[in-house]
Amino acid sequence: MQSKHMKARIFENNEILEGIFKLTIKGGFEGKPGQFYMLRSWNKEPFLSRPISIHNLDKEKIEFLYEVRGEGTKLFSQLKRDEQIELLGPLGNGFDIEKIKGKVAIVTGGIGIAPMYYVAKQLEDCKVDFYAGFREQVYLIDEIKGAVNEIYVATDTGEIGHKGFITEIFDPKQYNIILSCGPSIMMDKVIKSCILNKKKIYISQENHMACGIGACLGCTCKTNSGMKTVCKDGPVFSGEDVIIHA
Amino acid sequence: MLKVNICGAEFKNPVIAASGTFGFGKEYSNFFDVSKLGGICTKGLTLNEKLGNEGIRLYETTGGLMNSIGLQNPGIDNFIANELPFMNELDTVIIANLGGGSIEEYLEGIDKLNDTNVDFIELNISCPNVKEGGMAFGIKSKVAREIVSKVKKVSKKPIIVKLSPNAEDIVDMAVKCCEAGADILSLVNTFKAMAIDIYKKKPVFNNIFAGLSGPAIKPVALRMVYEVSAAVDVPVIGIGGIMNWKDAIEFIMAGADAIQVGSANFIRPDISLDIIKGIEDFLNREGIKSIMEIKGIARRS
Repeated sequence: MQSKHMKARIFENNEILEGIFKLTIKGGFEGKPGQFYMLRSWNKEPFLSRPISIHNLDKEKIEFLYEVRGEGTKLFSQLKRDEQIELLGPLGNGFDIEKIKGKVAIVTGGIGIAPMYYVAKQLEDCKVDFYAGFREQVYLIDEIKGAVNEIYVATDTGEIGHKGFITEIFDPKQYNIILSCGPSIMMDKVIKSCILNKKKIYISQENHMACGIGACLGCTCKTNSGMKTVCKDGPVFSGEDVIIHA
Repeated sequence: MLKVNICGAEFKNPVIAASGTFGFGKEYSNFFDVSKLGGICTKGLTLNEKLGNEGIRLYETTGGLMNSIGLQNPGIDNFIANELPFMNELDTVIIANLGGGSIEEYLEGIDKLNDTNVDFIELNISCPNVKEGGMAFGIKSKVAREIVSKVKKVSKKPIIVKLSPNAEDIVDMAVKCCEAGADILSLVNTFKAMAIDIYKKKPVFNNIFAGLSGPAIKPVALRMVYEVSAAVDVPVIGIGGIMNWKDAIEFIMAGADAIQVGSANFIRPDISLDIIKGIEDFLNREGIKSIMEIKGIARRS
């Protein structure tokens, strides 16, 4: 799959919940589940483009789900229909869907849910349970319901789903393979419980990036098989391999 | 029109990818024909593999970014075995950037690179992100002269000395390096800088200081190229926040024979092609037959 640099027009950029946006661009894009694009909608500032994972992709469009966290995502949130955006991608190594068989658990925290909708949709021959942890606000659950077998939710307040952490209601013993994306502290817990129960786990990491293609080594992370770049070797890593600093 | 001859090597144009921003060329070759560049500088190499620095490695600031990569690289032997064959297939000038923690390390590195097909060795005495050596060699003219002098005795390749903007006196540093035999000077490397995380109440980088690059440093880098190129007789390669063809022309008018594009590569992989085209269009519009006609022209006016 050849990565490309391209310019495109925004089709939709909707705030689905306070601070959480879904950006849609029409056109024929490529990308495996877990891959990302470097996006920029500005000329000079901020300096770097922003890595945003593929949230959804089909023949007609690509979608990015993002949380407003800093200057770059704030500028994305202000984009209106027909405004221009630059894309570089698809980049990185996504999930190897061919290797994921049987009963699968997807465990996410917060905006870590973003790449996993596309992942869940691609796992056609698997029985997929989805575990999603949030602080207060719950989002995307209705869409995901249609793509998975069971969905389990946890919130800090307990207003929706389990009160507490999603890791408290996730038991790896019931599954063949576990996929996870979210805060480091959550993924660290998930990895440890999977290793303890001898279950295969793949995680999707994030890091500050400059080039997005493995040249600058700004996003390097430690793994048991040496230093790896999150942008090129990842963002998807085998859970047993990666060393998470939670 | 765009050709530049530096120490007998012909660069098809004066635009070179700067060390540390272009990997070993392979990564960018997925996006454009990297042979169209005048040259490519490798990621900074050390004798042995280096894992680089812990903690945050990148931090954006107004007009640029700071990095604290810490010379992560596979080591010279791995470079020669696994990266150089691809680079040697490219139709462009290959510059091996060499760092080190001691004079002996530099000399051993030179010895290994001597028998390869790299065209030049760029001596990195100016990396601000390694505790041992690195920039320490690039601050004191006397120390730099000693290294360059020893390196020149063993090197079979022309030596480009990459100067630090943090040198006590960059003109004196340049002159001393030339006295020691530097064939070419490239300047400047990143500026020693820092950022503080106000919520954690501590410096952002584990090493406290990091290297600042990008458009924020361009005016200072340009001034240094202007001063240094007036003081030495060797070719000068200008580096520092070059984002477009206008910036590149400024450095050439200040006295540079060629320029290196660094942080701008992160904005768009093929940004150097725009810079090359922009320079060519400018020369055509201005009726200038060769880029060498405008080299240092700002000093003459």
